[in-house]
Amino acid sequence: MGFLDVVLGRTKAAAPNLDQLFGLPAAAVTLQTSTRFQPTGVGSVCFKAAEGGAFTGLREQVDQLLALDQGKYREQSDSYGFTWLVRTTTPDDLDGLVTDLHAVNSSLVDAGFGAALLCTIIAFTDGAQPLGLVYLYKRGSWYPFAPTGPDRRDTTVELQIKSALEQDLHVEDDLARWFPLHDAPGL
Amino acid sequence: MKSRFAPDRGLASRMLVTTFLLGLLYVVFTAVLIVLIKSAVLAIVIAGGLLFAQYWFSDRIALYAMHGRIVTPEQAPELHGVIDRLCALADMPKPAVAIADVDVPNAFATGRSPSKAVVCATTGLIARLEVEELEAVLAHELSHVAHRDVAVMTVASFLGVLAGLITRFGLYAGFYGGFGGNNGDGDDEGDNMALVLIAVVAVSAVVYGLSFLLTRALSRYRELSADRSGAMLTGRPSALASALTKVSGQIARIPTRDLRQAEAFNAFFFAPALAPGFSLSSLFATHPPLDRRLEQLAVLSRQLGQQV
Repeated sequence: MGFLDVVLGRTKAAAPNLDQLFGLPAAAVTLQTSTRFQPTGVGSVCFKAAEGGAFTGLREQVDQLLALDQGKYREQSDSYGFTWLVRTTTPDDLDGLVTDLHAVNSSLVDAGFGAALLCTIIAFTDGAQPLGLVYLYKRGSWYPFAPTGPDRRDTTVELQIKSALEQDLHVEDDLARWFPLHDAPGL
Repeated sequence: MKSRFAPDRGLASRMLVTTFLLGLLYVVFTAVLIVLIKSAVLAIVIAGGLLFAQYWFSDRIALYAMHGRIVTPEQAPELHGVIDRLCALADMPKPAVAIADVDVPNAFATGRSPSKAVVCATTGLIARLEVEELEAVLAHELSHVAHRDVAVMTVASFLGVLAGLITRFGLYAGFYGGFGGNNGDGDDEGDNMALVLIAVVAVSAVVYGLSFLLTRALSRYRELSADRSGAMLTGRPSALASALTKVSGQIARIPTRDLRQAEAFNAFFFAPALAPGFSLSSLFATHPPLDRRLEQLAVLSRQLGQQV
C-alpha cells in the first residue's frame, strides 16, 4: 500500500495471479516419485459469492457451463459462507483438471469478481492420509495441507512436502499464511 | 484488475481536506510557538514521548484495558478460520486474534503496524452475530489495520495532545508564578513574560479545540473508509449493514455508565460504546451516524447488483 492509500484510507483489492496454477502437473510427478502421495483426481475452486444480481447471473452462466460437462462438477458451500466448485476427473488427468479449474477462475475474473477468489485445492492421498495442495490466488503460491482430524494437521508431512516441491512450485515462504481448510472437499 | 466498485472521490476529498487543515494547524501552531517562546522543545518532547509510547504499546494498552486475551487457533477455531480466509482474500499478514470477555457486542483493531496488529472481538459480539455478520465486522477491523489507522490517528492527535499539555503547563505556571504581576516591582521583563505566557495559553487552547474537532472529523471519515473497504473485501455490504443495526441497537440499550472505562478506546471500536442523544454529537462523534454508514453500504450493494 502506498503512502497516498494510507492517507486516504483506501485499499485496492488484491488481484488474483492465475499463472502459477499450471505448474501443478509437473509438481505432481515429483510428488509421486519422491513421496507416496498420488492425485485423487479431485480439485476444487473456493470463492466468496458476492451479494446482488450480477453475481447470481454469473453463477447461472457458470452452472450452464458446468451442466454441459455431464454433471462432473459439484457445488457445495461451507460453514464460513464460501462456495466450492468441485471437479472430479480420473487421477491421471491432472492437466485436464487444472485447465477446467482455470476456466472457472477466468470467468470469475472477467466478470469483475477476481477479488472474491480464495484458493484452489488439488487433493492427493497416500492411501490412508489425505493431502491437499492449496493454491493462494492473491499470492500466486502453493502450500501443502495435511489434515489428520478435526482441527488437527500433520505439520511434519507438510514440511516434508514443502522441501520436496520447492524446485517445481512456488511454495509459500510465510508459514503464517498456511491456513487450515478442514472442511475442504476431497480431503 | 477489473473491479465492480466505483471509487468514492467525495469521501477521499473530504478526508484530504481534513488532513490538510490539520497539517496547516500544525504549521501555524509551530510557527507561533517558535515566535512566542524560544524553547518549545521541552513541550514537544514530552507530548511526543507520551504519544509515541501510546502508539508503540497500542496493542498491549488496548488489550489490557479491554481485558482481551490472545487466543490460539485451537481455542477459537471459528474466529481464526474467518480471519484466515479474510487475510487470504485481502493478501495481508494475519494479525493476532483476541477475545474480550465482555457482553457488550463490539470489536476493535489496534497495533502500530499490520505485522504487530491485534484484532479483538468481544464474547457478546460472537454470541449475537451470524457468521456472515461476524465476518463483515472483522473485515471492517482488518481494513483499519490495512489503512494503518492507529498510526494515522496518533499522528493526527499529536498536535491536540501537545496543545492541551501546553495549556495546562501554562496555566500552572501562571498560577504558581502569579502571572508576573504579584511582585510589585513593576518590572518590565516580568510583564512581558506574563503577556507571552497568556498568549501561549490562549493560542494553545484554541489550537486544542480546533484539532479536537478535526481529529474527530478525520476519525469519522476513516470509519466510513473502513466500512467501504470491509464491504468490498467480503462482497457483502448488506451483512455489514445488518451487523451495524444489530450492534448499534444493542449498545443504545445498554446504560452508558457501565461503559465509562471503554471511552478512551472508542476511536478504534467498530461501533462507539456511547449512548446517543448528545446535542453536538455529530461534531464530536468518533463514528459517523448509523444512517450515514447504512446509506454508503446501500450504494455499494447497488453497485454489486448491476449486470455485467
